[in-house]
Amino acid sequence: MTRSTEAKLPERYGPYGGRYVPETLIPALDELEQAWIEAWGDSAFRAELDQLLADYCGRPTPLYLAQRISEEVGHEVWLKREDLMHTGSHKLNNALGQALLAKRMGKTRMIAETGAGSHGVASATACALFGLQCIVYMGSEDMRRQAPNVERMRMLGTEVRPVEDGTRTLKEAVSAAIRDWVTNVGDTHYILGSAVGPAPYPAIVRDLQRRIGDESRVQILEKAGRLPDRALACIGGGSNAIGMFAGFVDDPQVALVGVEAGGDGIDTPRHGAPLTVGGRPGILHGSLSAIMQDDEGQILEAHSISAGLDYPGTGPEHAWLRDSGRAQYVAVTDEQAVAAFKKVARLEGIVPALETAHAFAYVFDGPKDTSTLDVVCLSGRGDKDLAEVLARD
Amino acid sequence: MTNPTASAVNAGAERIEQAINSAPGKAALMPYVMGGYPDHDTSIAIMQACVESGADVIEFGIPYSDPLADGPLIQAAGTVALQNGATFDSCLEICRTVSARVPVVVMTYANIVQARGAEAFCARLVEAGAAGAIVPDLPPEESGELLEHADAAGLALVPLIAPTTPEERLALVGGRARGFLYTVSTTGVTGERKGAAGYVDVIERARRATSVPVALGFGISSGEQAAAAADAGADGVIVGSRLVRAAGEPDGAAATRAVMEDLARGLDR
Repeated sequence: MTRSTEAKLPERYGPYGGRYVPETLIPALDELEQAWIEAWGDSAFRAELDQLLADYCGRPTPLYLAQRISEEVGHEVWLKREDLMHTGSHKLNNALGQALLAKRMGKTRMIAETGAGSHGVASATACALFGLQCIVYMGSEDMRRQAPNVERMRMLGTEVRPVEDGTRTLKEAVSAAIRDWVTNVGDTHYILGSAVGPAPYPAIVRDLQRRIGDESRVQILEKAGRLPDRALACIGGGSNAIGMFAGFVDDPQVALVGVEAGGDGIDTPRHGAPLTVGGRPGILHGSLSAIMQDDEGQILEAHSISAGLDYPGTGPEHAWLRDSGRAQYVAVTDEQAVAAFKKVARLEGIVPALETAHAFAYVFDGPKDTSTLDVVCLSGRGDKDLAEVLARD
Repeated sequence: MTNPTASAVNAGAERIEQAINSAPGKAALMPYVMGGYPDHDTSIAIMQACVESGADVIEFGIPYSDPLADGPLIQAAGTVALQNGATFDSCLEICRTVSARVPVVVMTYANIVQARGAEAFCARLVEAGAAGAIVPDLPPEESGELLEHADAAGLALVPLIAPTTPEERLALVGGRARGFLYTVSTTGVTGERKGAAGYVDVIERARRATSVPVALGFGISSGEQAAAAADAGADGVIVGSRLVRAAGEPDGAAATRAVMEDLARGLDR
């Protein structure tokens, strides 16, 4: 087959994106792209996914007016409750769709990376549902930080492979998964969990996560009778953020705000905020995007209290949304995120994921006069983070 | 973007092709050396050992923090080199110590190129006497700019062809080859493997893809496998992980020589 005559997914977002991977994987990426275009255009595939998302996952997730947070900040704050979806985070939107696609493609062996464990649990869940073999790569430091999710994956029949390279966190887990894929590309599908990686992954992940934003838009119009002034989401690789933003990107009056991991502060080297900090773009894990690197071109180690945001890169579409001025990216520190984590628990009776707590921290600590109505993506629940947060007290 | 063809040649490519075509024995011996591993001075001694052991072309790695095409051994060696202070500049100094005697092909990753810009990257390599470059995460679709600058600078940009490369891509990849076509012996990352299964098929496909010499790499670690690669038709044999393992031994240069001798015997040299 020749690609030029076929429908294609976006490979570039402005200058960003692309396919910076070994030749071995290029045919697999071509195959994946064609399979996705066919599946996404197939009403039977869409109907099967829609039904699973409704009956198995509990979609649509509610949009909830958080009264006490609203009182605290002085304007309406609505929460898109992805924490109420099956497995407790938005990650299943993507993992379920990709597993269904892989089954359709005849792949029998699934691999995935995970940082906080949410994508690992979502992949393990989808593979259990479809009877597929599942192997999840996870940095050993993240296995320590997110032990309950490791236990969940194992209970679901997934093999969790510890990654001992580098800082033993998400970057190394992605690299290990890509190396596995290079080796086993014939029978294996890589369920990439974030809006990163070589094309067509960022486009597929956005297609699967845009349900967050599409539902939110319908719900806020129905419940509040208007569009929000801001749509906010935390961002590491950027899958929940791109999903939320996709619903509002064509509404110019809605500001899109991505909140990155500021770690110890963006004036220190210990953070995970490549979009906020800026600098020369670079190539990591198959695409050109905003990354953290030194002058030599070596990738720097990220730092965040939140394992899901502890990543030195980000999705290429986010880099372009930043450069084009459509979205704004900011960072909050570990300390702010922990304070917001506790505050949301006490104010609303909701324990958010530490990742999500970053978005809340910006709602609490950021400018108050720019919005009268916020929609925040509550990307996941925080049970997995209790030990980490309590250990800091 | 221009549409480069196999007819484009440059000084670096000519030098590499001549070295491979005039190699003694069954095939050219092409060792891989990780720059700055285990440290700067030992790395220089290992380069010398390769030259003295009859290397026809040296593949010289500039370490990168996240090498996706490399297995655990080369990845770990790159990490050690970086921890011991290896930089782009210090690696090019190592390259310069042998590049007049044996053609050196620098292997590194796309972000190392990106960080300097393709034109400056090529200029720096040529200054250090390098004859070519291999960037395994720059498939043809992403390497247009680098190929233009490499051709202009007289540097051979060597593409990789994989067992998974479909028929309709063979001409695309092979037509862009300068100096040699790096033929990946097996679906996977770099690393030592047993056996020599499938060499004939991948070499035959590579041969159909290009008019330049065909060198086989990934998984070749013994004289026996080197012989099998040559017998299967390879013009050159690339040995990486086995030699990097030798480089990490207490006397890295001596261990390198011992492995090179085994490989040379396998190639009837």
